Amino acid sequence: MKRSIIITLLVIAMLLLALANMLWGSLSIPVADVVQILLGGQVEAHPQWTYIILESRFPQMLTALLCGMSLSTCGLMLQTLFRNPLAGPSILGIDAGANLGVALVMLLLGGTVTLGSLSMSGYLLVIVAAVLGALCIMLLLLLLSSLLRNPVMLLITGVIISYVTGSVISLLNYSATEEGVHNFIIWGMGNFSGVSLDRLPLFCILIMLGLMAALLLVKPLDAILLGERYATNLGVNVHKTRNWLLLCTGLLTATTTAFCGPVSFLGLAVPHIARMTLRTSRHRVMLPGSMLMGGCLTLVCNLLCTMPRSGSIIPVNVLTPLIGAPVILYVILKKR
Amino acid sequence: MLDIKHLTTGYGSHVITHEINATLMPGELTSLLGSNGVGKSTLLRTLSTFLPPLSGEIVLQGKALGSLSASELSRLIGVVLTERPDVQNMTVRDMVSMGRSPYTGFWGRLTPKDEQYVTEAMKLAGITQLEHRMINTLSDGERQKVMIAKVLSQQTPVILLDEPTAFLDFPSKIEMMRLLRRLAHEMQKIIFLSTHDVEMALRLSDRLWIMHPGEVVIGKPAELSQNGELTRFIQVDGVRFDPVLMSYRILM
Repeated sequence: MKRSIIITLLVIAMLLLALANMLWGSLSIPVADVVQILLGGQVEAHPQWTYIILESRFPQMLTALLCGMSLSTCGLMLQTLFRNPLAGPSILGIDAGANLGVALVMLLLGGTVTLGSLSMSGYLLVIVAAVLGALCIMLLLLLLSSLLRNPVMLLITGVIISYVTGSVISLLNYSATEEGVHNFIIWGMGNFSGVSLDRLPLFCILIMLGLMAALLLVKPLDAILLGERYATNLGVNVHKTRNWLLLCTGLLTATTTAFCGPVSFLGLAVPHIARMTLRTSRHRVMLPGSMLMGGCLTLVCNLLCTMPRSGSIIPVNVLTPLIGAPVILYVILKKR
Repeated sequence: MLDIKHLTTGYGSHVITHEINATLMPGELTSLLGSNGVGKSTLLRTLSTFLPPLSGEIVLQGKALGSLSASELSRLIGVVLTERPDVQNMTVRDMVSMGRSPYTGFWGRLTPKDEQYVTEAMKLAGITQLEHRMINTLSDGERQKVMIAKVLSQQTPVILLDEPTAFLDFPSKIEMMRLLRRLAHEMQKIIFLSTHDVEMALRLSDRLWIMHPGEVVIGKPAELSQNGELTRFIQVDGVRFDPVLMSYRILM
């Protein structure tokens, strides 16, 4: 099948899934009414529908969509940067870094940081801490990646990093106040419904920034596929590109982790699914392709997570390893 | 013309080759011979500007390489490395078109003219029939030719190759060297490669550089054969070099 057709189909699938996410829930609301509410109208007989659609289903749908797009983009960029098919934000421990950053400010500093006259607290602080935590791990991995050429070794390093951050977090939990621990646990359970309508704009802006920056890196990313030296020979400033990639993946992973909690395996799996369907490595095709597939996949996850009628929500992390694990196995077996 | 003036290569304070003075001419295939660890790769890396020279300069078409920007360099010097890019899901044509990236715009889109150069490069390297194959399904020899086509589509006057025949079987080695010789002669390119295949280099190169620790001896194969330089390089215990036949013999 031609790539343009696949991309078009993905766009259509994404739109349909987005609509399905708006319709699916404990309460059934007719399509016409959903559309009317989304366009700014009211349904006279059921004023509470407006609240359900705008305050709950719409933010949740958009969060799931952007989260999937951003994690798949990160996965693709990390796989290219480390030239390692097993790279991904969760498996390399980058979201664990974001986790640690958040734990540090929430548990150790009590949720407020004051630097001279600048005081930061609440959500903004959580995001900044998550970004810094993610960047630290990325830097560490980059330093180690020149020593760890073997894909599996890098993977093991990621697992070790996750364990170490995990133990630091336990230690922080142990010595923190009851309120701090409570806040941190609430945050850590996060899912796609964690972003409320008033926080949605900030989330959207941060993710869009990251996704746009990723798209701007299409050409150097292609060159980096050939290795550092070939890329340099093609006139690409490898050092600068690496820094941009670091910043971009750090921002995207940290933002999704800060708002939705750690979502595992998606970032690793989606680029492989995209490669299998699109049959190319060129980022001009792969980046939009992975974004769309990631978006579709999280929208499907969100549908499956929302139990109709009962209204209860299964954590996303219950589903994502079911998709991710077979892909990892496939990659390892193929590499053998 | 590529002029190498008082070039000293090495890493940090560790000097590997000292004060090389030489010229690489367009239309010539030049082979660099030398034992392992003598500094062939370091010299090639320095010429490719991956490594800064410790002192001296390299001048191409009247301009010192050190003064050129990365994008200017990418249009002057093309490289083929020993390391083989391990890319899944990339077709031969896609790989060859990567050579056009110094000329394409921000998104890397190819113009019809770029596409034409890519087609020509594949034809020159003799891989037109592989166009739609995936890189990871090719043999070592085919893959090496793809990298040559890639560097041809880059359209640089200088092509540097680090042991391009290393992983190839015997017929592919000969084919590769003949291809490079033909490209140097027909397209008036400066082609400079390092190799351990002494006999092949003797027969097919226009000029040889023999690298000894601390010095580089340069000359045409016949000259170096006559003046005993090749004998000095090849003749170890149990090997005799015949300067007339330009061939060596292993004593049993």
